[in-house]
Amino acid sequence: MSQPINSLLVLLVLSGFVLLSSSRLAACIRVVAFQGVLLGLLAIFMQDGQLNISGVLLPITTTVVKGFLLPSLLFRAMREAETVREVEPLISYNLSIISGAVVLALALWLGDRLQLPSQLPSSLLVPAALFTSLVGMIVIVSRRKALTQVLGYLALENGVYAFGTAVALRLPVLVELGILLDVFVGVFVMGIAIFHISREFDHIDTDKLVALTDRP
Amino acid sequence: MIELLILIPACAGILAFFVASDRARRGLLISAALAQTVLSLGTWIVWPAPALGGWLAEDALGRLIETLTSVLFLAVSFYAVAYLREEGSQAHSDIEEGFIFSNAREASFAGCLLLFLAAMTLVTVSQQIALLWVAVEATTLASAPLIYFHRQHRSLEATWKYLIICSVGIALALLGVFFLAVAATNPDGSTIPLTVQALRLNAHHLNVPWYKAAFVLLLVGYGTKMGLAPFHTWLPDAHSEAPSVASALLSGALLNCAFLGILRAQEICVAGGLADFSDRLLLGFGLLSMAVAAVFISGQTDYKRMLAYSSVEHMGILAVGVGLGGAAAFGAMLHVINHSLTKAMLFLVAGNLLAVYRTKNTDGVAGALSVLPASGVLWLVGLFAITGSPPFGPFLSEFTILKAALDQGQTLIAIAYLAILAVILAAMAAPALAMAQGTPTEHVAMARPRSMALSVVPAMLGITVLVMGIYLPPGLSRALREAARLLR
Repeated sequence: MSQPINSLLVLLVLSGFVLLSSSRLAACIRVVAFQGVLLGLLAIFMQDGQLNISGVLLPITTTVVKGFLLPSLLFRAMREAETVREVEPLISYNLSIISGAVVLALALWLGDRLQLPSQLPSSLLVPAALFTSLVGMIVIVSRRKALTQVLGYLALENGVYAFGTAVALRLPVLVELGILLDVFVGVFVMGIAIFHISREFDHIDTDKLVALTDRP
Repeated sequence: MIELLILIPACAGILAFFVASDRARRGLLISAALAQTVLSLGTWIVWPAPALGGWLAEDALGRLIETLTSVLFLAVSFYAVAYLREEGSQAHSDIEEGFIFSNAREASFAGCLLLFLAAMTLVTVSQQIALLWVAVEATTLASAPLIYFHRQHRSLEATWKYLIICSVGIALALLGVFFLAVAATNPDGSTIPLTVQALRLNAHHLNVPWYKAAFVLLLVGYGTKMGLAPFHTWLPDAHSEAPSVASALLSGALLNCAFLGILRAQEICVAGGLADFSDRLLLGFGLLSMAVAAVFISGQTDYKRMLAYSSVEHMGILAVGVGLGGAAAFGAMLHVINHSLTKAMLFLVAGNLLAVYRTKNTDGVAGALSVLPASGVLWLVGLFAITGSPPFGPFLSEFTILKAALDQGQTLIAIAYLAILAVILAAMAAPALAMAQGTPTEHVAMARPRSMALSVVPAMLGITVLVMGIYLPPGLSRALREAARLLR
């Protein structure tokens, strides 16, 4: 049972590195979509055997929302904002990947420290989830486009969600769906904001959003 | 009955998007707010039955913040209708850079206001920790369009920061919820339901390291939303760029809801004997927030930002009060009410000043007492109240917290607390007096009279703040004690 879970988690970690090293916006969106599909598969393999409503509903909604709906929203935002379709990071790709490696070491160390009280399907789960979240944070702070900040937020959320699938059986399905709905509406609202930013500023670089400071 | 508290504003909110007539929509806004307030006052007479299998229920803490939110929303909705009538849909010239911009559609503004109320109500009645998270995130999404009411680049920037910073913070809180779910798993695989009630009862069986990690994540996550330093960076931008109606609700109602998220985690810490751990964190973040606010209020030239940083300060005071516990927790609960009423009033008055003087710069406002007598007086009253001058409500609650700190022998905390309050009083009093007095420039003195409601609503809030400082009704005092007892 733990073999496919381990493979999925390794893929999740690799996708984090791809996200850090891709220079094309479209590629980054696809990576986040791929993560969403991985999460849906993870939710299937985390089941403890018996078939019930939540066991079917949750993987399907996860895959549909995170793997297809959110990426299509982002692709639409990218098309409508008509921006340069490069990531344009504030730090070099080499530095991005190095920071990714540092963060992976940190996640492995933390995962070792945090011992789960009950047996977990895979010892990789906590490090992989933490790593994906931290990659999201790196993307948020080191990329200048509004769209890449949303991608970073989604990667962060995916990491949290990956951890969540381990404890999902303990959370009622209604709450899980509520969480997915919130993320969906959140990205929808961010997409509208990106549209307005591109119309107002003719670009979506957030490093131009500097009008609001405390003037002494 | 509890479902109705959420369904009334939610349905009215969705309806508001589709009502074409301005008059009908404004009527809908006020009647929905009125109905919801009546209903939530009713929960003080008849204790409502839990709904959704105990996930939605009133308790002493939730009911207090729920009622406060409803009453405040009702007051603000009267102001909002007058405000929208005055500057609804025509184009405006920007006060700082002079370009022309329009406002968002009034229908979506009114609709988002009501959905925002529904989301905040859901926060206050959620007894399930994960449902609480869903509700807090929903408040972010419903309130973001309110900040972008003025369609110009500064409010767009504020909206973007608000969305990203709060979403990231809230994502950390979600990790905290999952950690809590791990902490609630017994070694034999059985689990404690994630309701506040069940977690409190079984708090001694929680896995301590996981619960501690969960508390830190919840504190950071909801603390971002509440505006605790150093996660407060979105707050001054959003509060200063949003229209005053939205600023008043963000400061007076939303921050309390985020605070409630932290209080739920604290309740469980107290029940599980982990209060030493959580108190230290709350005290640390509380004092840091107060200090950061003091630094940014000193020399602040933008009066809406000044009010926003004052909110950071007061969120710090709440965290300190809860961290001290005992009588200070009672003081913190009282301060929740006092701060909300005073700050909402101040933001509404700031909106009146802004409409006439057309500048957010403190130097640009002079002679408010002669140009806008009502708003000028209320501005002074509000600023003295918020800085903790007697005989207003905030003085009483801030003093209760100080006295509790001294009684507990926490002299260092008491000294730091008092010193920061003194710095902020000095920093806010000078610009407040300068704005109220002096001679106004000619074009301002000719300003046309504005709608009565724009002064009456803040005046009512001001009177309440004054009464709260002089007389605390026994029923309210009992409710505050009940709420504080949950926090020990």
